[in-house]
Amino acid sequence: MDKSMYAIEVDKLTKIYGKGETAVTAIADATFQIKPGELVAILGPSGSGKTTLLTSIGLINEPTHGKVVIDGAMVADEGWTPGLDLKRLRREKLGFIFQHHNLIPFLNALENVMVALEINHLSGAEAKNRATELLISLKLGHRLNNYPTALSGGEAQRVAIARALANKPKVILADEPTAALDTENGKNVMDLLKKLAVENHSAILVVTHDHRMVEGFDRIFQVSDGRITSEVCN
Amino acid sequence: MNLAIRDIRYHRGRFILTSIGLGLLLGVVMSMGGIYRGLFADALTILNITKADIWVVQQDTNGPFAENSRIPEDIKYRIKAVPGVAEASPLSFQTIQIDRMGKPLRFFLIGYDLNGFGGPPVIMAGRNIRQKHYEMVVAKGMKMEIGEKIRLGLHEYTVVGITGKVVSSSGDPAAFVSLSDAQDIQFKKDNDAIRNDRERIGANLAGIQSLSPVQAKFLQKNISGITESTHTVNTVVARLAPGANLNEIQERIRRWNHFKPLSVEEQTKILTKGMIEKARMQLGLFRIILLVISAVIISLIIYTSTLDKIKVIATLKLIGSQNRVIVGMILQQSLLMGVIAYGIGYVLILSTYEKFPRRIVLEPFDLQMLFVIVVAICMIASFVGIRKALKVEPAEALGG
Ligand SMILES: Nc1ncnc2c1ncn2[C@@H]1O[C@H](COP(=O)(O)OP(=O)(O)OP(=O)(O)O)[C@@H](O)[C@H]1O
Ligand SMILES: [Mg+2]
Repeated sequence: MDKSMYAIEVDKLTKIYGKGETAVTAIADATFQIKPGELVAILGPSGSGKTTLLTSIGLINEPTHGKVVIDGAMVADEGWTPGLDLKRLRREKLGFIFQHHNLIPFLNALENVMVALEINHLSGAEAKNRATELLISLKLGHRLNNYPTALSGGEAQRVAIARALANKPKVILADEPTAALDTENGKNVMDLLKKLAVENHSAILVVTHDHRMVEGFDRIFQVSDGRITSEVCN
Repeated sequence: MNLAIRDIRYHRGRFILTSIGLGLLLGVVMSMGGIYRGLFADALTILNITKADIWVVQQDTNGPFAENSRIPEDIKYRIKAVPGVAEASPLSFQTIQIDRMGKPLRFFLIGYDLNGFGGPPVIMAGRNIRQKHYEMVVAKGMKMEIGEKIRLGLHEYTVVGITGKVVSSSGDPAAFVSLSDAQDIQFKKDNDAIRNDRERIGANLAGIQSLSPVQAKFLQKNISGITESTHTVNTVVARLAPGANLNEIQERIRRWNHFKPLSVEEQTKILTKGMIEKARMQLGLFRIILLVISAVIISLIIYTSTLDKIKVIATLKLIGSQNRVIVGMILQQSLLMGVIAYGIGYVLILSTYEKFPRRIVLEPFDLQMLFVIVVAICMIASFVGIRKALKVEPAEALGG
């Protein structure tokens, strides 16, 4: 298969925190590929290494060993590829969704989305148009000028999703995006992610604790003790 | 979209309060600069209004602004006779403090020759002194009305005119009287003292047996005349004719012994170096301390507001913000705080400086310098916050 077919390729990815006796192997020898538009869930108990896997792919945590290829670009091979502009790759190729929405408290919904566009060199007017469009498509048109504290949990998480999508990333990484939401809102967020994977043709990697949330995902990785122990394909 | 301004807008209460506090501090810093300039202006006021070229004072002294300088009044004739001298006029200075309406009134009394110069520079209300005796012109700062009478020495004096802002080198408002009045106030003994003196002289002379009563009487009259004489002044000021050589004239007067001719330049040096230097250093020190305090406050505010934003900064980094976005946010906030505080201080001082008890002179140069310093302080003060922000890991955005 052609390399560029994949949005994410991971080969023998290992992440060890610390050194010597206190070293913790958080991820060991993870190997998988994800295609654009694929929706993948990572399930596993607390401390099993789910977040570490996500951040290692997400150019936040330097992998100790192994390779990571994002959208055809080798970003890590036994450590970061030298000369990479990690921030630039993050803002151009990746979108992040967190457990807590992580919206900027002093910006309203619209501005929270605009900020992601502006750091990616869109002019203020362009950013405003795109952000407005995006928020309207996420049914937040009536919440543009609300500050995060004035948004419900579900609304805030949808704004965060809009921010993650703003730059049309190839890969969306979500770390327990529904954990802070009630079941219904959680379901809505997951449905939204599924829809976006299809529409935007983005690879979406979602970490979750909750088995009930993974219905309709293309693949499910089960992680325990830093290893991907099983992979279920739907 | 400007993150610094959005953040400030969202936390405006805190920002405004801090800016006002800093503004007050900067206002004090500005007023101290103004007070220093004011000291300068005050110290040189009399020198400037007199418009003399040479100040003849007692030998081995630094003149009446620095110490006691007494010279005979009639030296003015000799000075006037020096070639190149156009005018010479005697002046007498004394600081007086009296009680007026239950409050101490302190002022600087200048006695001048009504036919000479060195009198009130302008008359803003009333008129100048016309009679040889018991009239006075006071500076606006004495807050006296025309027609008001005060007792100085043995007599009552009536305010006939108000002059502008004339103050002594230590900032006390000035009042003008005729030279002979000033001499009376300064030297004239009261009648009891005169009687006592005369009796003592008489008794001493009576003890000298070789003197005839006529001779004794004559001598007593003469001695009393000398001891009761008030024809002493503190300085005689002179103006030169156009083209006259200052150095030559100074040299000539110096050769007479007993007198020291100070040029305006020398007099300025005495007034500024000797008298204001300490005040200047003190004010300078206070200004530095206040600026350091401002810097510490700005640093702390910026640092704590950076700490409040750790998660925001981590999130920004995680979604790929360039460092300049983050540095810019912190630096702009710091600068904005400094500039707004400066503005508040400036407006404050501009609207109050005339009400200060001491003269405040606001020099544009001083204010511009302070602005530059404030900007520099803001940049330096934001450094701790910026350093902290640059150390934030994007991973800190994850988790609770
Ligand atoms: N920065 C770090 N330094 C040292 N050890 C770490 C660090 N981050 C995570 N670990 C360790 O690595 C292991 C995996 O952590 P990770 O956060 O990836 O787990 P997780 O599956 O996301 O857990 P949870 O479901 O609780 O979020 C844990 O044992 C954890 O203690
Ligand atoms: Mg985790």
